[in-house]
Order: sequence, then structure tokens, then C-alpha cells
Amino acid sequence: MIRVIAARELRSLFLSPLAWAVLAVSQFLFAYMFLTQLEVYARNQARLAGLESAPGVTELVAAPLYSSAGVVLLLIAPLLTMRLIAEERRSDTLTLLLSAPVTATEIVLGKFAGLMGFFVLMIVLLTLMPLSLSLGTSLDLGQLAACVLALLMLLSAFCALGLFISALTAHPMVAGISTFGALLLLWIIDWASATGSTDKTSALFGYLSLDHHYQPLLSGVFSSTDAGYFILFTAMFLALAVWRVDADRLQA
Amino acid sequence: MDDILIAAENLCRDYGALRAIDQVSLTLKRGEVLGFLGPNGAGKTTTMRILSGALAPTAGRVRIAGHDLLESPRAAKIRIGYLPEHPPLYRELTVDEYLYHCARLRRMKNGAARAAVKRVKARCGLNDAGHRLLGNLSKGYQQRAGIAQAIIHSPAVVILDEPTVGLDPIQIREIRALIRELRADHGVILSTHILPEVQTVCDRVLIIHAGRIVLNSAIDQLAADTGWRVGFARPPSIERLKGVPKMRNIQAVDGSHFRFEAGEDGVEELLRAALAENWGLTELTRQSRTLEEIFVQLTHGEQPAAGGAPS
Repeated sequence: MIRVIAARELRSLFLSPLAWAVLAVSQFLFAYMFLTQLEVYARNQARLAGLESAPGVTELVAAPLYSSAGVVLLLIAPLLTMRLIAEERRSDTLTLLLSAPVTATEIVLGKFAGLMGFFVLMIVLLTLMPLSLSLGTSLDLGQLAACVLALLMLLSAFCALGLFISALTAHPMVAGISTFGALLLLWIIDWASATGSTDKTSALFGYLSLDHHYQPLLSGVFSSTDAGYFILFTAMFLALAVWRVDADRLQA
Repeated sequence: MDDILIAAENLCRDYGALRAIDQVSLTLKRGEVLGFLGPNGAGKTTTMRILSGALAPTAGRVRIAGHDLLESPRAAKIRIGYLPEHPPLYRELTVDEYLYHCARLRRMKNGAARAAVKRVKARCGLNDAGHRLLGNLSKGYQQRAGIAQAIIHSPAVVILDEPTVGLDPIQIREIRALIRELRADHGVILSTHILPEVQTVCDRVLIIHAGRIVLNSAIDQLAADTGWRVGFARPPSIERLKGVPKMRNIQAVDGSHFRFEAGEDGVEELLRAALAENWGLTELTRQSRTLEEIFVQLTHGEQPAAGGAPS
């Protein structure tokens, strides 16, 4: 059932110009970022060669690329998540799902899986760029895998939060701007701890930050705290979305 | 199992402080078309949404072919086809893609779903529209696609919320013919504003007003159940009249005249009582009413006892 809903979601996404526009624009931006990183690396290559245990190409090109991709997708993800449920509610197609023999959990997971399918495609396209370097040099495939995994977890967190906010309203634009606001806040909330103060609040804010858990994963440090943070984040907002979709049926 | 497809008991639904429907009970048998009438805002759509499982009732329960809609929603919902007021169409899909998706959503296997799409397209006159986008179809075709998705999985119960709204007369005739055809192996609930439609396609009529059911009667019964006007020289109290068997809906017109509904046997009972208790019959006339008159009477507060403002 989840597969049926996910397939419909993906199909509709690719039937609208939005998916293609998003893929084209993001791919263009990623390519530009990749090339500038590569340029910087090429210019400093001679100096790096002199260093003992110099950072490799993966660390200097791929990790910053995935880091910037995270920011780009922070801007793009709300555009894709906002329609998920709000638009179905607006155009009365949600009734079709609610009166079909499927549970709210299946609806939410189907939509989540559908959009994640799209994001996986996007990550694949992005990953082709650093992979192309393996033609000329050897990559740290472990770190690259960590980057891919980190971006995947980051996107599932974006997607879950966006899905939940989309379930709250019948206006896609409201869902979009709210999701963007929430994600941006969660991204920069660790600025409070970056001021140097060491009290408990800023430590908590630092812990809550998406970026704070994203960066260590990119550098290849796979800590279960960071992975756990993303998994819990995703699971929590998916559960909230299920609760919210069910509430449509129950007491309004 | 007997052939009761929907058994709804005492359904209530509140929206905040507003009670949209109050103690609605109804049954639908196989092979029956139930016409659902009521003024706008009376609770028709709320009731239909509850019966279709898209909305949970605040109180009461619904059993679909013996399966409780809240306790075993999957078994119950697979037996329901629902066309909401606005057909739930994904405008970016073609008719074929949409119907296939709907069939899969109702847990049909791939092959069965493809066959069902073909069958239902032929049945709803969509054969030549299979590759067109839903968003580009005319209102009539969109409505047909909406009906097609409601019957694609051969549900026991088909719930249609105003299926003929916005269609031209020819399309209305086609859809009525389709509904009559559906009766053979489904039970159909149909809401509409067009009163003659109820008389032509429905077996039973149900009128809802201010969230309560004010009439539930077979169409034939409605014709047989003519109204009567009776006058007495020495009128009994209305309570006494209500004690006479087989008379329904007794109302006082003035001090000495009453209006009531009854079949021939009810009139006989009344005459017997009038003779025995010496009321002095002065008038007895037949007043047959059309569905429209009944509808207007029941929904326009001529009788303050029914209806009642939502609290």
C-alpha cells in the first residue's frame, strides 16, 4: 500500500514541471559549487603536496560540496514537501485516501517514501560529480559514503518535518514558508552556542541544531549520537504527521 | 449473512459546539437505491462522509456488510465506493493512470486492477477518454471518472454525493441509467437536490433536516401514504387521535380540523373511533402530496416538533 501511494506521488511529481525545474536548478548549483571547490583544490595542490598527512581530495572537495548541498536543499525541500498533504486537502483528493482501505500510517509513509525516492535520485546525481574524480585520482570512498549517508539522513529529516507541517494546513504556501522557517531555525539554532558561552541553554541549542549533527558526519566521523539524532527527528515528525492525518478523520 | 449492507446506528457528529448530525440511523439493503434529501447544510455530506469512513462519528457506529467501520476499517472500507461532492481527481494523471491507481489503492492485484479499469471505463462511457488528462476533461467526463473510481473495485455499497450536479440533461439520463444498473448487485446511497430524480431512480427516500432524519420511507409507500384532512363537530383531543392505530403525523389545523397520514386501514380505524365516540364527522378529504410538498413541509418548520435547532 505504501508502495502504491509512493508511486503515485513520484509519478505526479515528475508529471509536473516542478520536479524537473528543481532537478535542473539544483544540479546547476551543485555543479558550480563542485567546480569552484575543485578550482581551489587545484590551485593549492602544490602547497598541499609539501605537507605531511595532507588532507585529500575527498576531504577538500566532496565534504564542502555536501555541506553546501545541505544548505541548498534546505531552501528547496520546503517547496517539495509543502504540497504533500496540504494540496491534497485543498483539491479534495485527500478524501480518496481517507475513504480507501489504508491507514493514516500508510498514507504518511507512502508520501514520505515517494518524496525520498526523488531525493535519492537527486543525491545520486550529486554523487556522480565527486565520483567522476576517481578517473584521475583515488577517492576516500569511506568518507564519500559517510557524506552520502549524512545527506540522506538530513533530507529525511527535512522531509519528515515538511510532511508534518503540510499535514497541518490546507494552504501549500503556508506549509512551505513554515517549513522553511522551522528548518532554518533548526539549522542556525547553534549560533547561540557558538558565541562562546558555556551555559546549559546554549549547549541544548547546539544539540538541537541540524547543522551541528550534519558536519561531523561529513568529516567521516560516524557517531551514533548524530545518526540517532536524525533517525529520532525523522521518526518523531512522521509520527506527528500520522497523528495529524488521523485527526482529520476524528474530531476536527 | 443477510443482505443489510449498511447499518448505521445513532450517528452524531460535532464540529466544535455545533452538532452537525444528531442520532442519525439508517439501513441499506442490497439492491436498494436510497435517496438522501435535505436542504443545504442539513448534514447530508457529513453523514455520507461518515458512512464512507472519511470522517469518524462523535458517537454511534456503522457496520458495512457486517464489518464495523471503526473496529475493522480495512474490511469495511474495501466494500465502499465513495464519490464526494467534488470528485477527488488528480488533475495531472490520465484517466487510465488515475483509475489504475484507485484500483490499487483498494488493494486489487495488478492484473485484476487492469481488467477493472477496462471494465469500468466501458461502463461509465470513458472508453475514448483513457489517455486524456483528468484536468482537461469537461465537467461531465470528470464526474464520470469520479463515479468510475467509486465502483472500480465492485464495492457492496456505492455512496454518491450529488452525482448529477453540473451535468447536461443527456448526461444526467446516462448517470441515472448507470445508477439503475448498479442496483442489480450493489446498494446505492445517493444525495441530490433534484426531487424528480429521487422519484425516478430511488426505492427509498430519506429526508434530513437540521441534522436529524425527519422522513424515512419507501417511495411506493409515499404515494400510498396520502394525507387526509378530517373535521369534527365535537373534536377529540389530539392526544386521543394519536391513540388511534395506524395513523401517522397527526397535526391540528385549527380547533376542529386535523391533518394526518394513513393508508386505507388507518382511515377505517379513525371512522370506527369517530362513530364509537360520537365526534361528529364533518369532513374527510384526501390530500395527496408530492415529494416536493413533503420536502417543503418537513424542512420549513411548518411543524415545530420535528427539526429543532441544533444546540
